[in-house]
Amino acid sequence: MAELESVQVPPLGVSVADSAAVVPASVAPSRHSALVRVTHWITTLCFLALLVSGVEILISHPRFYWGETGNVLTTPLFQFRIPSSRTLIQNGYGYVLPDQNGWSRYLHFQAAWIVVLTGLLYAISGFFTGHFRKNLLPGKRDVSWRALRATIASHLRFARPSAAEAWSYNVLQRLSYLFVIFVLFPLVVWTGLAMSPAFVSAFPASVNVLGGQQSARTLHFFVSIALVLFLLVHVVMIFVAGFRSRMRAMITGRAGTDLERT
Amino acid sequence: MKDISRRKLILGGLAATAGVSGLGVAARIAQKYGLIPPDHGGIYGLGETLNYASQRLLTRHSLAREFSRSQISKRPLANEQAPPNESFKRLQAGGFVDWRLTVDGLVDRPAAFSLAQLKSYPSRSQITMVQCEEGWSYIAEWIGVPLSHVLDLVGVQPHARYVAYFSIEPDWWESMDMADALHPQTFLTYGMNGDELPIGNGGPLRMRVSRQLGYKSLKFITRLTVTDSMKKFGKGLGSAEPEGGYAWYAGI
Repeated sequence: MAELESVQVPPLGVSVADSAAVVPASVAPSRHSALVRVTHWITTLCFLALLVSGVEILISHPRFYWGETGNVLTTPLFQFRIPSSRTLIQNGYGYVLPDQNGWSRYLHFQAAWIVVLTGLLYAISGFFTGHFRKNLLPGKRDVSWRALRATIASHLRFARPSAAEAWSYNVLQRLSYLFVIFVLFPLVVWTGLAMSPAFVSAFPASVNVLGGQQSARTLHFFVSIALVLFLLVHVVMIFVAGFRSRMRAMITGRAGTDLERT
Repeated sequence: MKDISRRKLILGGLAATAGVSGLGVAARIAQKYGLIPPDHGGIYGLGETLNYASQRLLTRHSLAREFSRSQISKRPLANEQAPPNESFKRLQAGGFVDWRLTVDGLVDRPAAFSLAQLKSYPSRSQITMVQCEEGWSYIAEWIGVPLSHVLDLVGVQPHARYVAYFSIEPDWWESMDMADALHPQTFLTYGMNGDELPIGNGGPLRMRVSRQLGYKSLKFITRLTVTDSMKKFGKGLGSAEPEGGYAWYAGI
């Protein structure tokens, strides 16, 4: 039974070259599993909520420090001379922005909980279903410098991806998704928790190894910037690859290129 | 393919039903073990409850990080002006000898303590960090008497669940659960860095709750009440902060 199915429906992990050609439209499998699609969009919503609330919290004190402590009486590592929502910050504007930290902090932590639980569900199921191994781990041949150079060059030319890439990620995508999922995402959660006085009372090493509470805050900012850069590139690439087909694939699971439909 | 998705749908439905009824059971257990914060209602109630419950499970007995004397901030940020109200000015003019901390509610022996009385009890000190929700921080040595010592003197009744505390500033009040109230680093603070507690840092008497953000460490406190429910205070959300849109639990 299982064998019969696998003849009709190629598994998601088949190599880029053959997949698109052999899949008849009527029995096409999902480009993305339902779990990947649902967790993707929950993560999207949470990330936007975290970004907006994070910026709101930042403007109440747009100064960053290194070490354990920092305040308006100490020298910052760097600062943004933007209007602030607190009178303590003297950036030379004649006004103080309205205080938004109450709801921003509530929303920031609520979205963080939802995205962490969603991320755990995604990561655990990803290991069990082989999602990471099949869809995200680059093949041995793809991690050579030559193959990487070729992919980077085609990206720099903003070449429209081949039809096969509607079915499988290229090596750059695989590496950047793995980096976001297994490096940036855990880092942003860790640096966030390292700012919590209650959390670090139970796990002091979590902040000590980062160099202090203000260092954790500064690192949290930089990791967030890295995630925002990823988001920008991600969205640009979706437009390059074909907005409609990629959105369709991530919403309905059906793959294909824009060209086929228009 | 179709059959599989139908089966998945049914399984998903069953899982969702189990999940929802599981949540109901979880809520009842959480209530029993005091894991539900007073401001659990509203659209942000989920995140607030998860914050409070998880940190209560993880950190009931943990100690806030203490620092060495060399790490004390050279200029501890005094972010408070003296409260402009008349009764504060009158007490200040008298050198705060008439300052009283009244303790009432679910206690066997309600009492009022002068600063001199509080200072006569075994004094403790801790070098800990004050973190503001805005993002800034400083480290200072805080000197005072553990709140648990005063609570022992007045005799807290067994069904007590919270300690509410009030500033001389009207409409400025806070509360904490008994785990924090009896925590060894929760101080009635009257000294700082080897000296009197400056007015700019909340003197003559400030609550110090070291595992939570600065706003839990209420300044200029004059009264505390032991209670079994925060519903009786203000809008019932636990403190003045949730009434102004801020989370009651300030451990993160």
